[in-house]
Amino acid sequence: MANNIKLMQGNEAIAEGAVIAGCNFFAGYPITPSSEISEYLSVKLPKTGGVFLQMEDEIAALGAVLGASLGGAKAITATSGPGMSLKQEHIGYASMCEIPCVIVNVMRGGPSTGLPTLPSQSDVMQVKWGVHGDHAIIAITPSSVNESLYETVRAFNLSIKYRTPVIILTDEIIGHMREKVIIMEKDSIEILEIKLPSVPPEEYKPYNYLSGKVTPLAPMGEGYRYHVTGLIHGDTGFPSQKTEVIQNAQNWLIDKIYKNVADIEKFEEFQTGDAELLLVAYGSTSRSSRQAVMMARAAGIKAGLFRPITIWPFPEKQIKNLAKRAKIILVPEMNMGQIIFEVQRCACNSAVHGLNIVNGEPITPDQIYDKIKEITK
Amino acid sequence: MIKTKFDYNKYLRQNTLPHIWCPGCGDGIILKSLIRAIDKLQIKKDDIVIASGIGCASRLPGYVDFNTIHTTHGRALTFAIGIKMFKPRLKVITISGDGDALAIGGNHFIHAARRNIDITLIVFNNYTYGMTGGQYSPTQPIGSYATTTPYGNIEPPFDVCDLAKAAGATWVARSTSYHALQLDKLIEAAITHQGFSVLDVITNCHISYGRRNKMKSPVEMITYQKEKGIPVRSAENLKPEELTGRFKTGLIYQKNDAPEFCAEYQKKLELLKTK
Ligand SMILES: Cc1ncc(C[n+]2csc(CCOP(=O)(O)OP(=O)(O)O)c2C)c(N)n1
Ligand code: SF4
Repeated sequence: MANNIKLMQGNEAIAEGAVIAGCNFFAGYPITPSSEISEYLSVKLPKTGGVFLQMEDEIAALGAVLGASLGGAKAITATSGPGMSLKQEHIGYASMCEIPCVIVNVMRGGPSTGLPTLPSQSDVMQVKWGVHGDHAIIAITPSSVNESLYETVRAFNLSIKYRTPVIILTDEIIGHMREKVIIMEKDSIEILEIKLPSVPPEEYKPYNYLSGKVTPLAPMGEGYRYHVTGLIHGDTGFPSQKTEVIQNAQNWLIDKIYKNVADIEKFEEFQTGDAELLLVAYGSTSRSSRQAVMMARAAGIKAGLFRPITIWPFPEKQIKNLAKRAKIILVPEMNMGQIIFEVQRCACNSAVHGLNIVNGEPITPDQIYDKIKEITK
Repeated sequence: MIKTKFDYNKYLRQNTLPHIWCPGCGDGIILKSLIRAIDKLQIKKDDIVIASGIGCASRLPGYVDFNTIHTTHGRALTFAIGIKMFKPRLKVITISGDGDALAIGGNHFIHAARRNIDITLIVFNNYTYGMTGGQYSPTQPIGSYATTTPYGNIEPPFDVCDLAKAAGATWVARSTSYHALQLDKLIEAAITHQGFSVLDVITNCHISYGRRNKMKSPVEMITYQKEKGIPVRSAENLKPEELTGRFKTGLIYQKNDAPEFCAEYQKKLELLKTK
């Protein structure tokens, strides 16, 4: 069977990506501009015996997702702006208890109710820091409909592999536009399955902080009885206030992600080889940025684009490398300046400029090109 | 090791004891009753999920050898719904304090009841926020005192059972930590019921509640439960004014033929298969 080409909306592609990944549980609460994901899954999941639930709010939705995930489900929820704020409590719980789940945030303008139907990229830092307490997060910023689909599959894989919440941080533009999607044959897509632990129940410990390896999460109800708590816990899962256990647990939550950056990171470079002016952009803004790079090149400016696909952990190494040549860096974002701070941190010897337009409209290639001219003058 | 005629040890996680509860706290009585009821029903440990919120009562799951989830404050029912819907064959029991179930978790409470999902919720109702030191809770009687009602409470309390019934729960009962034998039977019945069952258990917290309300010892609090509790049947013969300050005990409401959420969902799945 040949690859199948379809015209799809970004949000639908996320939902279809979930189906391809083997997702069998969705719980959500309606909110623009993410509702198409739940509508799509409300049609699809029951047909394959999966569970679709509309809960009473976003906290409940992620709670249900985590309950199902503890039972062995591949579970996802989707939301936007105000809903993402409500999710934070359970994102923290998922991080702490190391429960796999995928959370989609289709970014809209904020704060508060903000701009329900218009785009922004203002939740980049919320996704990283919104949870109280120290933890690490994986977040992915797709920039096309096709990528939305395959990055959702990857999000499920990462969430299972690292027992962590993974956030798909898309925006209203990517979520609502329609584009070509190439549906690949299933056996050419890597899909991680949830398995029982390799040890018998009496030897199973739900955590193993010092091993450096992620212990698989045993689905509940299959003979592996253990305890899950949002309190700091030791390898057995039971709460502990021993100083060494606390420190080990905290280190582990960070290390399991940051020591595996090479596996988690994903990015795309466009004309960066000789770039003296570097654009760093993600999501929908990276599309205008790509166009602006071509405009600049046509005018003789050696411009290039670095596009993080995994935005958290932030691709520090790549930015540091590129900044050796690129002494001028521009970070266009549909927010008042968020990822620019990460870029500045990694490229401290370059002049890092922001282009921050948050007016409900996409940032255009012309606007970016104008800014390029201004900062390269 | 606890040595009594009934062997609790096979259900207790010895490595997590001693528990955190204050000596004389009513929560241990409910824990033992829960264990006896589960033992009576002979449900496999692997098939039981106990989810709880946050609070003194919600520490219970840590001590028992089942699949246990100590979730976030007020949200145990949301986790319970997730795992129950995904694996309906599991018996899911939720433990909450009154603040957990009815203040921060009030919305989840009424929606779980509305769905009539086959989950049992046991509310450990001590009229207070025990764990945080005795602030007033949504079940605290008018006129009583808490660290945050130093001049007396003026907020009318929820009646857990009335609320559960009104919201759609199909099995509703009340007992106390004094009525331990009745409690065994009610927990057993609640777990057996096919639908959302709510058991309101009045329990004693002399530390955070009692000592501010002229009941500084567990004995005084247990006596209060004994004297103020009135069996549903006996209450029927009393005038409303004779019931002021008292609460009904026993099975308050039961409806057996209401559609249960997991079963209804399965029916839909079957229908889709044949299409
Ligand atoms: C979101 C959130 N808010 C507040 C708290 C603090 N807190 C912990 S336990 C508790 C109240 C517990 O009271 P109750 O549910 O009645 O249970 P009890 O301790 O009396 O058994 C509160 C407010 C918390 N853990 N999480
Ligand atoms: S504070 Fe109250 S509810 Fe908490 S353990 Fe002590 S007596 Fe029990």
